[in-house]
Amino acid sequence: MPDLITGYRAPNGRTRGPNGHLLIGGKPVLEVDGLKTQFNTQDGTVHAVNGISFDLHEGEFLGVVGESGSGKSVSMMSLLKLIPMPPGEVVDGTVTFDEKDLLQIDVDTLRKVRGGEVGFIFQDPMTSLNPVLTIGNQITESLDLHTKLSKKEMNTRALELLELVGLPDAKQRLKSYPHELSGGMRQRVMIAMALACEPKVIIADEPTTALDVTIQAQIIEIVRDLRAKLGTALIWITHDLGVVAGLADRVLVMYAGRIVEEAPVRELYANPQHPYTQGLLASVPRLDQKGQALSSIEGQPPSMYSAPTSCSFAPRCPHAFERCWNELPEQRVRFPGHKSACFLDFENGEPIK
Amino acid sequence: MTDIAAGSTATAARKGEAILTVTDLKKHFPIMKGVFRKQVGAVRAVDGVTFDVYRGETLGLVGESGSGKSTTGRVILQLDKATSGSANYEGEELTTVSGNRMRELRKEMQMIFQDPHASLNPRMTVASIIGEPLVENSTMNKEDRRKRIDELLSLVGLDPTHANRYPHEFSGGQRQRIGIARAIALNPKFIVCDEPIAALDVSIQAQVVNLLKDLQEELELTYLFISHDLSMVRHIADRVAVMYLGNLVELAQVDELYDNPRHPYTQALNSAVPLPDPVLEATRQRVILEGDIPSPANPPPGCVFSTRCPISTEKCSAEVPVWRDLGDNHWVSCHFAEMT
Repeated sequence: MPDLITGYRAPNGRTRGPNGHLLIGGKPVLEVDGLKTQFNTQDGTVHAVNGISFDLHEGEFLGVVGESGSGKSVSMMSLLKLIPMPPGEVVDGTVTFDEKDLLQIDVDTLRKVRGGEVGFIFQDPMTSLNPVLTIGNQITESLDLHTKLSKKEMNTRALELLELVGLPDAKQRLKSYPHELSGGMRQRVMIAMALACEPKVIIADEPTTALDVTIQAQIIEIVRDLRAKLGTALIWITHDLGVVAGLADRVLVMYAGRIVEEAPVRELYANPQHPYTQGLLASVPRLDQKGQALSSIEGQPPSMYSAPTSCSFAPRCPHAFERCWNELPEQRVRFPGHKSACFLDFENGEPIK
Repeated sequence: MTDIAAGSTATAARKGEAILTVTDLKKHFPIMKGVFRKQVGAVRAVDGVTFDVYRGETLGLVGESGSGKSTTGRVILQLDKATSGSANYEGEELTTVSGNRMRELRKEMQMIFQDPHASLNPRMTVASIIGEPLVENSTMNKEDRRKRIDELLSLVGLDPTHANRYPHEFSGGQRQRIGIARAIALNPKFIVCDEPIAALDVSIQAQVVNLLKDLQEELELTYLFISHDLSMVRHIADRVAVMYLGNLVELAQVDELYDNPRHPYTQALNSAVPLPDPVLEATRQRVILEGDIPSPANPPPGCVFSTRCPISTEKCSAEVPVWRDLGDNHWVSCHFAEMT
């Protein structure tokens, strides 16, 4: 049922995401169920991720939106145990990828998955590139680990990848060190590295946040282009509602370590069903609109030192009623492909039974 | 209308007089090399900017990192010494004013900093942070000061009973409120807001921006609002100036600048900002700029934007475009501004 996944069917009958990406099939490549991550610190246990479940489908572009501390990065890094352990600990849940539970397999198998079948793009390319190795070296390193290519083939492939991400003078750049490149060029190199082993899934953690707006536009354009060419499934973590609007097929909204809303991109922006999403959308100023009053979400995000037993958003929610303070809302399907974790039905303004 | 004098007087009458007039202001940081620290060049952080700030308005100053927007703010407040040019605040030349007089003037001119974690002393209580300008610059006794601190805390939306806490006990948004309370403690007239919301989360940004707007109305403040966030500047500013590589490229009324940008850089910036609207994003045409911002130590000859400009010609890399008023106080520096 592909149109249940995206909530959108292209007029020509082929299933496409709302941003035009071809959805190769409805089969999930990644299934996450009840993932819980916590950090045991001196001050107590930080409950960073409090039971999240979602699927990622083949060729899908999934946006993950949330503010700092919402657990968006920690949850995606937990999928491949890329959090410092200790103090971090994945305490519960399953992550099914390629018929394996990534949380149960041994380290060697996991290392084959990391950078091989699942690629990563990190926020700050300066700290995630090795300053003493050339660009060429760093790209071929992952090819060396994950493929059986000869040295010559690896170099050709590295060159091919740099050309693919639109790096000018690709041949020269293979011999450059990271400090010789600008921020935008470094991020292109990061993308090339993520693509090196033809992964099924790429996880991008705020890849454009450190970049200037004109450079961000360049990177977004490349990602769009590559998505159309390669059809890799992508998880794009961001705090910027503008960036995912133009890129994602489906969006997860996270708050206090839980997914509060999940919907196809157009549906989410047009018809948000969770008061946090509504507040977030209303508090973003828009470049194409004149200075209207900006509504803000009052209050602060909650402390993460205790596991939630009621709705974490209730203290800031304009609609909160008794049930919200006593019970943890589960995700409910509200419309096809559209889930929200709220006790209120915004269609009729009545509490949900 | 290219007559500069006529243009600015017409606007002055319309928007109240200028509180601050900046003329050809430059700040070059020397590059030293070798054992004898010989100067081998200069980073032209601000390379000749000219603009007015009118009483009671918010002038947005936008640009990418390295464009010199923060340096401009710091040089105006004499936190960095200007290399040349003038900054005239209500008839007084700030670049040559004596140290004692500048101390006096600081009561009227304040700054709100970007990072609320770095700009508040972690070893001082909130009361002593906000009270410090009162101790330094007023003759208030202890009791009056305490009253004023409580008043300021309520004004910025914090609980006065928290006055004895330390900055680390507050969240980022609350800390920025403390920074704002400190800035308005001495009833200033002019505040430079240097990226005051850049370090904050989206939902908290709106809170702080709304607070700044309310305070402006209540206390008749004038803001120079420095930011890289074009959407937020559209929301808060009355007029907007766009900076690129140490130069102003365009300055106009806020709606005019966003709806009718004349400089190719402003046009590109506008189209680069993603909109939180999937339907519009799907069909939007973009101007994607090639390459990166050049080094301010070695800016290109002629127009600073010529290396990335989609419409640049030979003239652009040879001749520096004149900073001029196109009429209606719409300033621009592009050879082709009249044609587009």
